[in-house]
Amino acid sequence: MAAGNRSEAAQGLTLVAPPFAYALLVLGAPLLTLLAYSFFKDGYLTIIYEFTLENYLAVWSDPIFHKIMLRSLGVAALVTVVTVALAFPVAYFLSFVVSSERKPLWLFLITIPFWTSYLIRVFLWKVILGYNGVVNSGLKSLGIIEQPLTFILYNVNSMVMTLAHAYAPFAILPIFIALEKIDRSLLEAGRDLGENRMMTFWRVTLPLAMPGVIAASLIVFIPTIGDYVTPALIGGGKIPMIANMIQAQMLDIDNRPLGSAIAVTAMIIVAALSLLFLFVNRRFLKVRQ
Amino acid sequence: MTSPTSSASARRPDRSAARALIECRDVQKYYADYHALRGIDLTIREGEFFSLLGPSGCGKTTLLRTIAGFEDISSGVVLIDGQDMAGVPANRRPTNMVFQSYAIFPHLTVAENVGFGLRRDPRPAAEKAAAVEEALGMVGLKGYGNRASHALSGGQRQRVALARALILKPKVLLLDEPMSALDRKMREQMQVELIKLQRQVGITFVLVTHDQEEALVMSDRIAVMFEGQIAQLDGPEALYARPASRRVANFIGVMNFLPARILDETENGVMVDAPGLGVVEIPSRNISSADPGDEGPSIGFRPEAVSLLGPNVAAQNRVTGGVIDEVVYYGDMTYYDVRLDGSASFDGKSRPVRIAMRNVFGREVQDVGTRTRVSWSPGSLILFR
Repeated sequence: MAAGNRSEAAQGLTLVAPPFAYALLVLGAPLLTLLAYSFFKDGYLTIIYEFTLENYLAVWSDPIFHKIMLRSLGVAALVTVVTVALAFPVAYFLSFVVSSERKPLWLFLITIPFWTSYLIRVFLWKVILGYNGVVNSGLKSLGIIEQPLTFILYNVNSMVMTLAHAYAPFAILPIFIALEKIDRSLLEAGRDLGENRMMTFWRVTLPLAMPGVIAASLIVFIPTIGDYVTPALIGGGKIPMIANMIQAQMLDIDNRPLGSAIAVTAMIIVAALSLLFLFVNRRFLKVRQ
Repeated sequence: MTSPTSSASARRPDRSAARALIECRDVQKYYADYHALRGIDLTIREGEFFSLLGPSGCGKTTLLRTIAGFEDISSGVVLIDGQDMAGVPANRRPTNMVFQSYAIFPHLTVAENVGFGLRRDPRPAAEKAAAVEEALGMVGLKGYGNRASHALSGGQRQRVALARALILKPKVLLLDEPMSALDRKMREQMQVELIKLQRQVGITFVLVTHDQEEALVMSDRIAVMFEGQIAQLDGPEALYARPASRRVANFIGVMNFLPARILDETENGVMVDAPGLGVVEIPSRNISSADPGDEGPSIGFRPEAVSLLGPNVAAQNRVTGGVIDEVVYYGDMTYYDVRLDGSASFDGKSRPVRIAMRNVFGREVQDVGTRTRVSWSPGSLILFR
């Protein structure tokens, strides 16, 4: 009934209106401000409100931007691969091995890291990996090393390790949900039709888990590109990523138009890459279970 | 319960001499302390359409899954084609299964589903594609190969599941309640198609069902299961006409029961006295001693094994008078509940019996409260003792 539907739709709209307005305010308004700033001129400590494309031209021709953007993408891609690769077995174990009455407990345990602030978790990795940190003093007291290891902190490896840990639950949960949705008789059918466990996993489980893997990849990839804390603390400021560059332009150099242009450019690049990723994997997303 | 007439019928080829394809010897299955299969002994012959029939929780699906290799057995032996299946995983058994949910792979097309099991088939891709098309044709889905599997109806999904299993030419096709997701019309159509398909391919079919009608329609032989045990294994006619116990009789169709007193063992059977029927001699082939029950011996007969006589019809068999208690009109059939004269003579309890009459032309439906006559013959009675 059309009339009934319309009133239901109206009811729905009324319900979502307040949170929608709020989201618009706190998400849309800053974005629009950023977009507007990126087209203004910088007047050294002031902003000249005149339209210009200079900022974007400066960004695109800046070799430092190229380097830092590529590094950000590289680190984020590495973090994504490591996180998803480590999260998959955990999600698989949760879905296929843990009994259904134990699953809530396991999910709860996986979310425990969120009880601690992100900043503190990252900082703790610095404590663990530092010059006089847990790893080094442990190895030293065991007599395995004499001088503290320096390659475990302030480099890309340590950043990947930290970010992979921080984002693990974001990767585990979507993969777990995708695995949970798989009808178990499909796996039996795979066995029944002559495939062993490995091949059944490859031909049935993995393709059906792909929506979860894709979601996990995006959920990890997009925020890690813009991560600010980890490069600052774990990277020791020596290997800045795009967020650190934006921060420097915005606050240290006080060139907000250029900082905004970097932010908008980075956003466009990430959006384009994400869409490309979705397009490449589109056949997995069309599956209706 | 075996009798000379149970092995073959006019409709079905006699396979009593066929080779044993599946043999279960004292198969036991425990889930923790739940005893799911309690000593299953059965032989399924080559080329047979065999059904496992029983209420939910009787172990029929568990038994099917032990044959398929999805469940380990706690003790006993399962042989397929003479080979012990202990430790043989599902993917290396000569069986294929049609799952209750059909288990169509949602990420694959119809053709990819049907060809799933052909990966290691050494034939070139073109021949495999032709085999897929042929299998689809066999189940009436020619030209559906490129469709997405989620776009299929229930009946089509079942056909895809059948084609996917049959293309591998298994020795046994296992069907786990394949019709339960279909509506009645579709179900009846698929039953007939499945029988035809089975005759055409000549593969042994093992069907699990809780629907007694489905089992009777489709099977060469039926194993009726209760609580992890086989209560009776027989052909459909034998199962219906001479159930081995009151429980089997109640599960398959409707049966009337009247208490009976055993008077004498004779050369050809047993003399009994039953309320309303009087003293009758039950032939020994109609005597079932599998399940005495706590209600003592009883006489059973099917609603259609006796008939109501119209006012002016001469009786050819024995006749008992009675009063019609209830009339249920079904169009093609009318069901009467009739209180037989003297039926309460044993213990004062009145037990109306159900009588089914086909509404043939010229036969009038009788009214509630009418005095009527019931015609029956001793040969249609079964004694449970």
